[in-house]
Amino acid sequence: MSDTSVNMAHGMGENLSEPIKNNSILQLSNITVSFDGFRALNDLTLTFQVNELRCIIGPNGAGKTTMMDVITGKTRADSGTVFFNQTIDLSNLSEPEIARVGIGRKFQKPTIFENHTVFENLELAMKVDKRVRHSLFAVVDDLTRDRISDTLRLIHLGEHTEQVAGRLSHGQKQWLEIGMLLMQEPQLLLLDEPVAGMTDDETERTGELFNSLKGKQSLVVVEHDMAFVEQLKSNVIVLHEGSVLCEGDLATVQANPKVIEVYLGR
Amino acid sequence: MKTNRTPFVIRFFAATGCKGWLAIGFFSLLTFVLVPAAHLMLPADHALHVSDYAITLIGKVMCYAIVAVAMDLIWGFAGILSLGHGLFFALGGYAFGMYLMRSIGLDGVYKSHLTDFMVFLDWKEYPWYWTGTEHFLYAVFLVLVIPASLAFVFGYFAFRSRIKGVYFAIISQALTFAFMLLFFRNATGFGGNNGFTDFKRILGYSITAPEMRVTLFALSAFMLMFTLILGRYLMQSKFGRILTAIRDAEMRVMFLGYNPLWYKLFIWTVSAMLCAIAGALYVPQVGIINPSEMSTANSIEIAIWTAVGGRGTLVGPVIGAFLVNLSKSWFTVAFPEYWLFFLGLLFVVVTLLLPQGMVGLWQKLRHRSMR
Amino acid sequence: MFLKIRIKMLSNFSRIVFLLPFFLIVFSLPAYAALDPEIVKQLNAETNEEKVASIKNIALLGTPEAAALLQAMADDALSFSGDTIIRMEGDRAINVATGQEIKPLPENIETLVTNNSTRRALNASLSLLKLFSPDREERIKAAKALEASADALSMPILDQVLIKESDPEIKQIITLTRASIELKNPDPAKRLAAVKSLGESNHPDVKIKLTELTDPANEPDAGVQSAAKESLASLENRLLVGESISRVFTGLSLGSVLLLAALGLAITYGVMGIINMAHGELLMVGAYATYVMQGIFRTHFPEYIDWYVLAAIPVAFFSAGLVGILLERTVIRWLYGRPLETLLTTWGLSLILIQSARVAFGPQNLEVANPIWLSGSIEAMSNVVLPLNRIIIIGFAFFVLALMWVLLNRTRLGLFVRAVTQNRAMAGCVGVPTARIDTVAFGLGSAIAGLGGVALSQIANVGPDMGQGYIVDAFMTVVLGGVGQLAGAVWAAMGLGIVTKLIEGVAGAVIAKIVVLAIIIAIIQKRPQGLFAIKGRFVD
Ligand SMILES: Nc1ncnc2c1ncn2[C@@H]1O[C@H](COP(=O)(O)OP(=O)(O)O)[C@@H](O)[C@H]1O
Ligand SMILES: [Mg+2]
Repeated sequence: MSDTSVNMAHGMGENLSEPIKNNSILQLSNITVSFDGFRALNDLTLTFQVNELRCIIGPNGAGKTTMMDVITGKTRADSGTVFFNQTIDLSNLSEPEIARVGIGRKFQKPTIFENHTVFENLELAMKVDKRVRHSLFAVVDDLTRDRISDTLRLIHLGEHTEQVAGRLSHGQKQWLEIGMLLMQEPQLLLLDEPVAGMTDDETERTGELFNSLKGKQSLVVVEHDMAFVEQLKSNVIVLHEGSVLCEGDLATVQANPKVIEVYLGR
Repeated sequence: MKTNRTPFVIRFFAATGCKGWLAIGFFSLLTFVLVPAAHLMLPADHALHVSDYAITLIGKVMCYAIVAVAMDLIWGFAGILSLGHGLFFALGGYAFGMYLMRSIGLDGVYKSHLTDFMVFLDWKEYPWYWTGTEHFLYAVFLVLVIPASLAFVFGYFAFRSRIKGVYFAIISQALTFAFMLLFFRNATGFGGNNGFTDFKRILGYSITAPEMRVTLFALSAFMLMFTLILGRYLMQSKFGRILTAIRDAEMRVMFLGYNPLWYKLFIWTVSAMLCAIAGALYVPQVGIINPSEMSTANSIEIAIWTAVGGRGTLVGPVIGAFLVNLSKSWFTVAFPEYWLFFLGLLFVVVTLLLPQGMVGLWQKLRHRSMR
Repeated sequence: MFLKIRIKMLSNFSRIVFLLPFFLIVFSLPAYAALDPEIVKQLNAETNEEKVASIKNIALLGTPEAAALLQAMADDALSFSGDTIIRMEGDRAINVATGQEIKPLPENIETLVTNNSTRRALNASLSLLKLFSPDREERIKAAKALEASADALSMPILDQVLIKESDPEIKQIITLTRASIELKNPDPAKRLAAVKSLGESNHPDVKIKLTELTDPANEPDAGVQSAAKESLASLENRLLVGESISRVFTGLSLGSVLLLAALGLAITYGVMGIINMAHGELLMVGAYATYVMQGIFRTHFPEYIDWYVLAAIPVAFFSAGLVGILLERTVIRWLYGRPLETLLTTWGLSLILIQSARVAFGPQNLEVANPIWLSGSIEAMSNVVLPLNRIIIIGFAFFVLALMWVLLNRTRLGLFVRAVTQNRAMAGCVGVPTARIDTVAFGLGSAIAGLGGVALSQIANVGPDMGQGYIVDAFMTVVLGGVGQLAGAVWAAMGLGIVTKLIEGVAGAVIAKIVVLAIIIAIIQKRPQGLFAIKGRFVD
């Protein structure tokens, strides 16, 4: 009972027009997605580098969530390619396979297992064999416990270990989901509005957490909260109507007249 | 604390806690010793004598209880409502029924080596799929394999295309319906409307002998206990946690790297297999199997047993199966007109007022009295 | 004997041809056309043979007067006096040959008696004479009746019809009838011509005749044999077309029943997300309402009994709707957003409804009669008979569809229903009374099921269990068509109906059901949201 093995596409020779960036962890080329004729993503081309933190901003409906859907296999692109680690063609993989090659994703709406305890949530997320056979005989061992308590400390949920996750506050749920992503040990983390609904204090602590991950993992953060983006001090990509409007550090981007127009309306 | 070294067998049985084993011990005493003794040794007019009727009824209801637990594994824990469990139950019954028909031998109405209905249809020999069914072990093999294979194939296609919720319920119902029509045909080779009946013996022993009745009764009890122990192990294992996680947030499970298809398919197939075993134990006790076992109503009734007892728990379905079926036996004798009204109301009341069933009610009451 | 009669007939035939221009003139005149007194006289001949020959000869005239005369004889209304055949009108005596009154009244008038053999000849001749009736319908009917029963003796009449008849359809039938008589002709050339022209036939009986001729045991001539084979092939082809048309029609008919059952579901399930397992019982309510209306009409308005079905339509609509509203108010409203629970609850409700029907009306199937305008059938081709009730139900299904479309797309209620469907919370915020809309929408879905029940009562059994048979198929239709899609429901219903019937023709009903289920599962593999669902964002 195993999924089909990960397909490797060798070489990027066919993509000659693009400068070959040997360090890219994720490369989206000419992605188009339409829903009943409406183009949610329009010829989108983006590259993310290994161990880099990138922020993506853009007005509602710009296609940010759709972009994550395409990367994680939830939505299939009508055209274009997505390559992970330069060789893995994600468009051939199912959602679980994409997760297993090393991409973790936080949903816009926090999605955790509400009837499980915090501990169990993290346990299920941990990077182990994910096949049925393993799950039937698996035992919670010391290694697992240690990993979980490390993560619990990072996400400030140490006191809630045995609490049912459904009882957590909204912000705590967001953290638990982030914690689950960390347990997955992904190479690339996709975070869709991770601080929505958090208090200022919580937001700031989340920012610190992300900053501490910088350089160890690749992160892509979609956010509306400018103060939070500011705190992350990263390169910012502005998405609008399914394609990149402009790119640069936050100050430059905010000064860009096109961006101002998009945000303030026409 | 358990470590990886603990042998699997121990972990398997240890999953059922102290209280559970106590209950099982008590239940074993009752079903393996006390009831058989009261049936075989006490004279018929003794106050404590257990009658044929009672033994058969309880044996039958225990088979239903196995089905209810199997339904709970897939519905209560994985959130997949199946309206096809009547089918697996009936297929198990038919598979074992083939053996029972073959062992009638020459004692049928037509004194032929063929079954009566085949003689009646003027068939000259057994169709190919009856080959080997005169062997007990092969019949048992069929019980274990045929319904499970059907479940596996159907489940594979259904789960692969992510059919869930009511879609799945309706499709599984349609599958059952199609099979019912198939089995109603004489040409299908399973006795048409009348199905199988008039069984005479199992492994050479008369099927009507009190000892045989008690043996089947005890086997059903054993199977019920095994089902509960297996269920307990599965549900407290990581597998069980993943299953409930799939029920609550399938997307999240997928993005953690688990493929829900195989998890659903595993529990679905196990559940179907348990139903089939229950069906195989049921048929020799009631002495008949026919296609009406596959009717929609039967499959939905299974769901109500589970719901009445309390889904998502393991004893709940057992309680539900007993409550509903014993009241059915009582009603159909005392007020046959009102049984459907009662059953209908039960569906309404349980889903509306008792979503957690009897077990939930009990927990709520205890909770309140403790405060 | 056989040959003798033939020759005699032929001579008559040549005479008729000779007289034809005369006939044509006579036909256009209202005046009475005289009959040859020599022939008429023979009606009272000595021997039976002569009498029968005379009857036939009169029949061959093919005039209205001939028909009237033979009819009068069959009615025992003729008398004679000497050689003159007379019809009495009151106390006047009419000479049937001339149509003139005989004055003075002749003496010794005696009644002309008929016996069995003359009667038989009279009946046969009268039905042949219908071929000359001025009423086209009657001529067609007579021609069709002859098609199966004609023998060599009718040949001269057929020839005469061919000359006189102007209607191509009737001509066609007669030509084929002639040909199938000619098959027995000793002359191979005649047989060959007949076999060739029979290739045009549509009649299943002709198939049997032609099949006989392909066998050397029955047909010595090889040329005729091979021509028979060819004709048979083309005939079979056409019969197959006819059969396929009937299949597609029964498929459409099944589809329209599915549609009627599924339309209500399209609201309650498609729009409101409620799995209503009691939907079949709402059909049942509609059917019982029809039954009750039939009873009321029988006892109170027997003169209008043919229209009880029309009266039943609103009654069924409102009674099923009322039951639906009752169910929604008391039970279903507590279950929104819990589809699996709704499934079980409504199943329970269906059990209660079934048992109530059993208690109220008894467990047996009830008799609901088709009114006149719903019975009978239309014959589209010789082997394609389309029952009227089914045709009307197909029409009715589309009428209900149109009604629903208008309700949903052209009324305020429909607007509200669609709003609640798309975003319940938002609809509530902008002032749509969501709870009331739910009730009304559910009532509407149920009422439409009631209409389906009226239709079903005209083609299927009415009994407590009747609803159970439709529920699986109705759900399949909605699932296949895509949730919330009226157009999808239509295509799915018609597609399922036709495919089922086509497979049924090849493999039988059970296999058809199983194959259709397999097809549905296969389609859902490819399009999990149904065939016609809009690609959209779904809540997981
Ligand atoms: N499955 C879908 N069906 C139809 N439209 C969709 C679907 N997913 C996204 N869209 C549309 O695509 C656009 C982009 O959506 P989204 O990616 O969620 O934007 P963002 O996350 O940037 O706010 C929106 O207009 C949305 O309505
Ligand atoms: Mg978004």
